[in-house]
Amino acid sequence: MKYIQLIGLTLFLTGLLAFTVIPFLGEYTISEGIVLDNTKDIHQEKMKELLAPMYGKEYSSSFSFIRELNQRVDNYNSELKAESRWDQVIWDDYSFPLAKASLSSPVQNHPWLFLFVSIGLTVLGGLFYNLPKFKGEPEGIKNNGIFHSKMKNRGWLGMLTGSYLILFYVILYWFPAYMVNLVWMVEPLSLILSGNPASQWFLYGLIYTLAILVMGVRMFRKYKGNRYQQIRTASVMFFQTAFAFLIPEILVLLNQPYFDFKNIWPLDYSFFYDYRIETLTSSGAIGMFMLIWGILLIVVGVPVFTYFYGKRWYCSWVCGCGGLAETVGDPYRQLSDKSLKSWKIERYLIHGVLVLAVVMTALTIANYFSAFSFLGNVTNQLHSFYGFAIGSAFAGVVGTGFYPFMGNRVWCRFGCPLAAYLGMVQRFKSRFRITTNGGQCISCGNCSTYCEMGIDVRWYAQRGQNIVRSSCVGCGVCSAVCPRGVLKLENGPEEGRINDMPILIGNDSVKLNA
Amino acid sequence: MSPSKHIVILGNGIAGITCARHLRKGDDNIQITVISGESKYFFSRTALMYVYMGHMKFEHTQPYENWFWEKNRIDLVQDWVEKVDFEGKKLYCQSGKTITYDQLVLATGSKPNKFGWPGQDLMGVQGLYSKQDLELMEKNTESGVKKAVIVGGGLIGIEMAEMLAYKNIEVTFLVRESGFWRNILPEEESEMVRRHIREHHFDLRLNTELEEIISDGSGKVKAVKTKSGEEIPCQFVGLTAGVSPNIDFLKGADLDLDRGILVDQLFQTNLKDVFAIGDCAQFREKPDKNRNLIEQVWYTGRMHGETLAQTILGKPTPYKPGVWFNSAKFLDIEYQTYGQVPANWDESQVSNFYWEHSSGKVCFRMLCDSDGRILGVNNFGFRLRHEFFDKAIREQWSGQKVIQNLDKANFDPEFFAPYISAIQRTYAEENNITLKISKPSFFQRLIGAKL
Repeated sequence: MKYIQLIGLTLFLTGLLAFTVIPFLGEYTISEGIVLDNTKDIHQEKMKELLAPMYGKEYSSSFSFIRELNQRVDNYNSELKAESRWDQVIWDDYSFPLAKASLSSPVQNHPWLFLFVSIGLTVLGGLFYNLPKFKGEPEGIKNNGIFHSKMKNRGWLGMLTGSYLILFYVILYWFPAYMVNLVWMVEPLSLILSGNPASQWFLYGLIYTLAILVMGVRMFRKYKGNRYQQIRTASVMFFQTAFAFLIPEILVLLNQPYFDFKNIWPLDYSFFYDYRIETLTSSGAIGMFMLIWGILLIVVGVPVFTYFYGKRWYCSWVCGCGGLAETVGDPYRQLSDKSLKSWKIERYLIHGVLVLAVVMTALTIANYFSAFSFLGNVTNQLHSFYGFAIGSAFAGVVGTGFYPFMGNRVWCRFGCPLAAYLGMVQRFKSRFRITTNGGQCISCGNCSTYCEMGIDVRWYAQRGQNIVRSSCVGCGVCSAVCPRGVLKLENGPEEGRINDMPILIGNDSVKLNA
Repeated sequence: MSPSKHIVILGNGIAGITCARHLRKGDDNIQITVISGESKYFFSRTALMYVYMGHMKFEHTQPYENWFWEKNRIDLVQDWVEKVDFEGKKLYCQSGKTITYDQLVLATGSKPNKFGWPGQDLMGVQGLYSKQDLELMEKNTESGVKKAVIVGGGLIGIEMAEMLAYKNIEVTFLVRESGFWRNILPEEESEMVRRHIREHHFDLRLNTELEEIISDGSGKVKAVKTKSGEEIPCQFVGLTAGVSPNIDFLKGADLDLDRGILVDQLFQTNLKDVFAIGDCAQFREKPDKNRNLIEQVWYTGRMHGETLAQTILGKPTPYKPGVWFNSAKFLDIEYQTYGQVPANWDESQVSNFYWEHSSGKVCFRMLCDSDGRILGVNNFGFRLRHEFFDKAIREQWSGQKVIQNLDKANFDPEFFAPYISAIQRTYAEENNITLKISKPSFFQRLIGAKL
């Protein structure tokens, strides 16, 4: 390993260690003022009373503080539940804002320093590690040793990485109160960008974007000489940084609604939720524009772009989930399951999620227009179920945490309802296909192995058949790794696109369907 | 219903397996058994190098999932056949098992050539053809190998060099000819590959022949000696001077053999109900004036299998290969060829067009006959469409028509450098003609793809 890469690795691990240790810093002291500032009007009185015994007490760890806080609220709630007084139960989880406000830790005094020592060092280390990669080597496929790697072939390093990611997502989604130190660390950055205090989502957005950028640089090195991969990677880096991260924050700074212009329902499953519709409709012309833009993307953007270019225009060029998968997830792409069985499971699952998302949204809209007389707050429960099971557990914990176990596109392949929608257009009404080059395939298996979507590309290539599959995100790696130049991503006339009975060129003895 | 007949295929490479698949496609009732000692399941031999280098695991080289064979009722037997009783239509296996057949297909493939060099059977000296060879190579290079010598500059040789480089083993490459793969490639292409080999830091020695392989006294290789007397220390020797039909176990029977198993255009041997296809078959007469008597390429193996299946299914089908094509990869440089481009040609009969990119890693050659009709092309470092050249060569397009339409032959990924227009421009200049140069696509212009 090159000297500079070794330094990079050391920096990265130091940063990661700091990031892991920082949540344990500081003390927590809660006061009546904090409770009043961070609870809704209807809960203020009760919360003030419930938490009174904690006032002024110094808790040296987040564990003891949050445990006691939650216990007091839970005890109260279970009494109410036992008496079926549902309307008085405090459903809101105040642990995050209360913990954030109660913290006093060195992080608050030196946020930039802590940001640099943790996330800063990982970024720096990542760049030091990735930039010199393959230096002095000729352009070409750099897949040496992948299946001998402890990281990339479900070895102990991969297991460890996956476990860490899963732990991170579990804390992020369900126990954010334990990471308030980390959130304080990005507070000043958030104030600069949006003028608002930081939430765990701002922290997550920042990490997510930086991860795509650093690992995007790795892609530039790895796919040196492959223009398609380079431009595609630049595209996901741009859309994540500008559209997913910066623009929404700046919109907030300008007193406009937070809006990601490239996020599309049903991936953006809450697009039609009443609170979001209300935010947009009450934000003047810009809000209306956002609402119409979002709807146009669904009904015009998706079908038209997918007709011309296949679903790749979104999944591997624009999408944030796709962006993470194509950069951070690239080292794990070979771990996707290629069996026929997994394809069957995939079709049930992904279309199941699509149906769920559509039904939920339809009910939500119907309920909204009937002024909640149709289903009352049943849709809220539906929302929280979907948010928990699909939005958090599937897309987040499994979607990213399982990179080192099941490959980098678990969510995109098995769960994303937008991918299902794009896929239907791609399969039935599109000009996109992967063409196979006559009879040149030698069945080596590189294409199938490196297909992140688990498509058995070789099955088609060796029989000279065009690859027209709803799941293909058009990442182009099958074409890149093919040693015989057999695969080409193409847009072309619909005629002859689907050739179920292909004939391999080169044998004049007999014309056979392969 | 009991099976109408029992076809036994000896060998589960691309030829044997393709034959088995097409037999099943054409007849639901026959019994099909495929025997191989090498592996139970069909795998892609060409991908063995990727297993060694960690690009894939061995199971990734298997083109069909394991349930495929049972579902299609193709019985797989993993065993080595030691003797064939053609009279009694019976195979004797190493395990002691005997298998009887109604019709037998011999698809036993090749084995690496060994030309009787002294020391060729020492430990650490091997060829690379089979799964067992791969396993041996993994064992031989597990530790203690700093330097290796590869004898023979063909496709397997360069693969082996790439494999050894993965383990940081220094490679010296002995090639008998004056250029790399010079018996197949014209001078410029051969030179391009030579430069690329040097770029990868392999010590390529042209015009160098092996004299003997020297033992360290304990039966292991410690050096090789060349014909010029130079001794090159090494702990591993790769013998990659071609392959020959794997037919030793068939000798002494009534089967007509030469270098391979002699067959006619229907792949029939001299014995009734016995056929041979793939690398092990040798045609009594060339199937086409441009073809060899023994065809040892993946694609021809597949075509043999496709064709013979028809004959066995009762539709006698002579082997008629179409326009020749082949492909390979030299380290990072891809190579494709369509039609006839020999290593040397008679300049009074053949006109030659050659274009090379300034990087020295991309080139295109087209040969035409004296009437200006295309004979064939070589392309290195970029991709061309098989279908296009199959048609152009079959229909005997003029060279100019080929170049004029070359944009339709482009098979490079989107956004790649527009080599096609550079080729067209050079062709127009050299021939003093005006050609419509293909314009780059909208997206190519958008991101400014340049040469």
